[in-house]
Amino acid sequence: MSFLRRRKATERPHAEPHDIDTETDDVHDKKKTKPRPKLRPKRWSCVDTCYWLIGCIFSAWWFLLFLFSAMPASFPQYVTEAITGPLPDPPGVKLKKEGLTAMHPVVFVPGIVTGGLELWEGHQCAEGLFRKRLWGGTFGELYKRPLCWAEHMSLDNETGLDPSGIRVRPVSGLVAADYFAPGYFVWAVLIANLARIGYEEKTMYMAAYDWRLSFQNTEVRDQTLSRIKSNIELLVATNGGNKVVVIPHSMGVLYFLHFMKWVEAPAPMGGGGGSDWCAKHIKAVMNIGAPFLGVPKAVAGLFSIEAKDIAVARAFAPGVLDKDVFGLQTLRHMMRMTRTWDSTMSMIPKGGDTIWGSLDWSPEGYFNCSAKRLKNNDINTADKNGNGSLESTKRVNYGRIISFGKDIAEIHSHEIERVDFRGAAKGNNLTNATKCDVWTEYQEMGIEGVKSVADYKVYTAGSILDLLRYVAPKLMARGDAHFSYGIADNLDDPKYDHYKYWSNPLETKLPNAPDMEIYTMYGVGVPTERAYVYKLTPAAECYIPFQIDTSAEGGSEGSCLKGGVFSVDGDETVPVLSSGFMCAKGWRGKTRFNPSGIRTYIREYDHAPPANLLEGRGTQSGAHVDIMGNFALIEDIIRVAAGATGEDLGGDRVYSDIFKWSEKINLQL
Amino acid sequence: MASVLRFRKLCYVEPVRCSSLGFQSFETPKVDKKEEIVVSKVENEVLEKKKNKRQSKEWRSIDYCCWIIGYMCTTCWLLLFLYHCLPVTLPSFQVLESPGTRLKHEGLTALHPVVLVPGIVTGGLELWEGRPCSEGLFRKRLWGGSFAEIFKRPMCWLEHLSLHNETGLDPPGIRVRAVPGLVAADYFAPGYFVWAVLIENLAKIGYEGKNLHMAAYDWRLSFQNTEIRDQALSRLKSKIELMYVTNGYKKVVVVPHSMGVIYFLHFLKWVESPPPMGGGGGPGWCAKHIKAIMNIGPAFLGVPKAVSNIFSAESKEVAFIRAMAPSVLDSEILGLQTLEHLMRVSRTWDSTISLLPKGGETIWGNLDWSPEDGHGCDFVKKGQPSMSDNNLNSSNGRSCFQVKDPVKYGRMISFGKAASQLPSSQLPTHDSKEFLHTSASTNFNSSCGEVWTEYDEMSRESIRKISENKAYTARTLFDLLRSVAPKMMRRAENHFSHGISENLDDPKYAHYKYWSNPLETKLPDAPDMEIYCLYGVGIPTERAYVYKLAPSDKCKNIPFRIDSSADGDAGSGLKSGVYFVDGDESVPVLSAGFMCAKGWRGRTRFNPSGMATYIREYRHKRPASLLEGRGTESGAHVDIMGNVALIEDILRVAAGATGAEIGGDRIYSDIIRMSERINLRI
Repeated sequence: MSFLRRRKATERPHAEPHDIDTETDDVHDKKKTKPRPKLRPKRWSCVDTCYWLIGCIFSAWWFLLFLFSAMPASFPQYVTEAITGPLPDPPGVKLKKEGLTAMHPVVFVPGIVTGGLELWEGHQCAEGLFRKRLWGGTFGELYKRPLCWAEHMSLDNETGLDPSGIRVRPVSGLVAADYFAPGYFVWAVLIANLARIGYEEKTMYMAAYDWRLSFQNTEVRDQTLSRIKSNIELLVATNGGNKVVVIPHSMGVLYFLHFMKWVEAPAPMGGGGGSDWCAKHIKAVMNIGAPFLGVPKAVAGLFSIEAKDIAVARAFAPGVLDKDVFGLQTLRHMMRMTRTWDSTMSMIPKGGDTIWGSLDWSPEGYFNCSAKRLKNNDINTADKNGNGSLESTKRVNYGRIISFGKDIAEIHSHEIERVDFRGAAKGNNLTNATKCDVWTEYQEMGIEGVKSVADYKVYTAGSILDLLRYVAPKLMARGDAHFSYGIADNLDDPKYDHYKYWSNPLETKLPNAPDMEIYTMYGVGVPTERAYVYKLTPAAECYIPFQIDTSAEGGSEGSCLKGGVFSVDGDETVPVLSSGFMCAKGWRGKTRFNPSGIRTYIREYDHAPPANLLEGRGTQSGAHVDIMGNFALIEDIIRVAAGATGEDLGGDRVYSDIFKWSEKINLQL
Repeated sequence: MASVLRFRKLCYVEPVRCSSLGFQSFETPKVDKKEEIVVSKVENEVLEKKKNKRQSKEWRSIDYCCWIIGYMCTTCWLLLFLYHCLPVTLPSFQVLESPGTRLKHEGLTALHPVVLVPGIVTGGLELWEGRPCSEGLFRKRLWGGSFAEIFKRPMCWLEHLSLHNETGLDPPGIRVRAVPGLVAADYFAPGYFVWAVLIENLAKIGYEGKNLHMAAYDWRLSFQNTEIRDQALSRLKSKIELMYVTNGYKKVVVVPHSMGVIYFLHFLKWVESPPPMGGGGGPGWCAKHIKAIMNIGPAFLGVPKAVSNIFSAESKEVAFIRAMAPSVLDSEILGLQTLEHLMRVSRTWDSTISLLPKGGETIWGNLDWSPEDGHGCDFVKKGQPSMSDNNLNSSNGRSCFQVKDPVKYGRMISFGKAASQLPSSQLPTHDSKEFLHTSASTNFNSSCGEVWTEYDEMSRESIRKISENKAYTARTLFDLLRSVAPKMMRRAENHFSHGISENLDDPKYAHYKYWSNPLETKLPDAPDMEIYCLYGVGIPTERAYVYKLAPSDKCKNIPFRIDSSADGDAGSGLKSGVYFVDGDESVPVLSAGFMCAKGWRGRTRFNPSGMATYIREYRHKRPASLLEGRGTESGAHVDIMGNVALIEDILRVAAGATGAEIGGDRIYSDIIRMSERINLRI
């Protein structure tokens, strides 16, 4: 190629003479006439100008880069302070001045998608990627070999474990989830602040696991639970017997719930730690953004892969994934990939209609979306006159998690005509399935199947499960073996010894550890997806037959319906109900779910968007991942890690209506 | 405006000329003439407007520069783009099948969990807490990786890598910790593999995070201090127990390298000793958990390099830094005192003391005798391929045997070439101990500023006296070091011992300072365990040094230098002040092989349970072409980790083979004969 380039360069001098001839004339002319701006482009040929431009840009760039690296490290801070006034000390520095030092070892449990995954064995197309990150980091391979990447990220369809010849494993150590992508912190800020008061590698442990697997499979394949157990024991032993403080985030909360049951259950299904293992080793569990009862987003994610957070990849590479790198079938490839991940099913709403509401009732019933608290710019919060709020207090049927059509979502349940889909035959294939090289189970449903799904009109949390079992039988068959979504009537029933119930707080008892503390810490004040308005996709080959009806708008400014999604208070991913209910009611005091009376604390953090760009993702954010940089949250964690109890922190700190909503839920305790 | 445009024209002509430099043959003379016309015309105008002349020149050069830069960048991008478009497999299509793939086809699969123990300097270190000058480096690598901080803030970097002078632990306000996990030592610097090749091959037969563990530790600390500060030994114990349990009660195979070998020796004793000094694993722990220890390039009895490194910071490989950034450190970027700074830092690292030669004159030879006598030249013949670049041109190895006097390797440090060759009777016979002890007391120029190398505290007189003593053996060496670096040796000798035990049952040997010396400890009671010594041979390895006094009398200088002008005859093993023997470039065969060849062979007092030992030597072969990188048959100390034969041995043992099954001993050197000459009661 460089050869060609040279050839081109040689051609130019040949062409030169003519140019110069005319040019000399021009020079004479120019003495008399006005200068002609046309002149330059002619002589300075296009390629040259390009070179010149590139050169200029680069020299400037290098110069700036040089200046940047020569700049003292404290310079950006100095500038920020000059503009916004002195910054508050990061919590680590502040608390160090107060005299806090490292005391309890800290265990981090990352959530879904934030943990890195690396390749240990792959197919031919993945050569050279050995021990390189497939997930997390720069996602460079996504661009270079998208199909290969999707193939390696998928799990086996039937077993939910590795496909043959592919081994993708979680990255271990703190690096697993400190940054998700360069510059996009997850745990890094918390780690840095903990380090200020003396934490280091020997007192911090990142319980990295393969978040694609179902929880029990991480033990079956990688012995991850055993490793966590051994590491916690080691942390306690090498730190003078101080119990650990566990900090799970997002799905890590459920994973750790599973762990606590597993570790005390007898071998071989459990870890055989004995019934007082948790009491002996754990001081506190500080759940951040806990989806205890699941998230509605997971439904949309499984149903039509349209929720935003499950596929964070879309948020990171929207241009690529929404366009047609994979041909015309980006979403379907994503869907095929994510449907092999059992873990997504752990987040399907749990507790059915009792928790999430029925056709006409929901705990949040009269939630006012125009409340000032929803500060997100997406929703116009300006409630100019009091009248607006009257209009929008019209109750929203949040219980209808999926409704087909906006009107269906709003009318009273008597008026809905529903045709049960459960018995409906799955007719002839939707299209010629062989044409679609992508596997989703929709092709096997047939047009009748799709139609009968739409005819049922409305789905509540209870019937969602039936819906999913209908549209994705294989997936749910796998999922039902590992997760359960109900409410236990009798927790002493021996069937609840099975591991599939361990991650559902409504079907397990907390361990017998009266000194342990459970915190639930989450952001509020961000509109969070709660229910969806769907429509049928205009028929086309190889398409997902359902999609969110983005044209469904609430009408008034304060409406909760926007772009086909009903939103409610939460942290952008998890509604308050899911993260707060267990600590507000289900586990509060001595209940059947919490027989030893473990103390629970709710710590809410009101969302405040960053004041300016310099603040990055903000120090007061309440969003699901950004909350990890919230100073108030970090301060709480550090205080507990340094020995404080929930009472010392000030007990509950509540901004939302969680207590009111919890009271409305009629659950036997 | 007009003028500016004309100047542009001028600028335009220039680049074209230059760009076509390589193609002038294509240009017709006519063009030149035309150009000249233009140039002259334009120049006339320029003269008219003298005012703007300077500006025009600037325009010219800047435009020209920009043009060139743009041109180069575009070309680079194109090449880069093309390179990325290449199928990934193209550059490596001619590379041989890796041992992992081959053994996988043979049906080997992961069986025993594997623990890797890195050596000195290869492990990464990262910052957890630092002084203000290190802002922004939190959890960034200070050691390993790109070493970018050396260039940006050298003094800050040195300050953070130093340990505390007296305790050998962290200085106040600084916490530098070992990087954990496989990334700790897979690559030392980008592209310079250490464990990466082995890890990749292990992965081919099914190893992954759950049955492969890198026991990273802070290699600057003394071994017991890694436990005191970081609980590194406890963590290793817990990791091994965990892997043993989670992998179906399969014992682990441990693969230590270089200093990691003696670190793991220390661990073996520690784990079975009762707390608080030990790990309390009980006497059966090793037998229960360990299948084999496959020592790579083991420095069992120390390395002579460590002597010169401590004495004058001059050895080449222990201080890898110099190899990594030779031009920077050898030039005077730190203001004339690179070596002194280096010395000051490395003297705070207790671990370097663990590498001093152990066993004294019994092992390393005295003034007139050494176990390598008569073998010094043999290796020349064997290692021929590698000799060419080392200038030991002995095309006919036979001439070696005609050398009149055997080389006196026992004199590890001699002052002057003559002193290294004279018979001992002609050497001045000072009692070294006597004057060395007096010398340290005189404290002349302690006002030498902030650089601390303890040499500043010595008088010129005592330095001269040291050099008068002419020759030091492995025993008197310690007296020498104690006198030149009393503080360091006092600190370090609480943690390490370098002697030979008379009676191993003496209760004093329960102290941890003896645990890393194979001559002062018993191996654990584990008759089924196997010990392998895997090392390269055929590379000249530093064994003894010829020193001279540094000419300058300045303070802050290291007063001793290797006399690089001392060159021996062809085949005498002396080259620029260093005597070489056979080895792997860092560790002489004697140190690597003796314990496996004699000290532990069979049931000896050092090996009471009679565990099996195997020696596997790998003859060095330089890479045939540049494409091979650092070679697949190398025997060099670090490069051997990419040696195909070595990897195959490790894989086979990890997959369940015993030492006998992989072929027992495999010896190229004279280690057996050398060992026989050593008169050690076993």
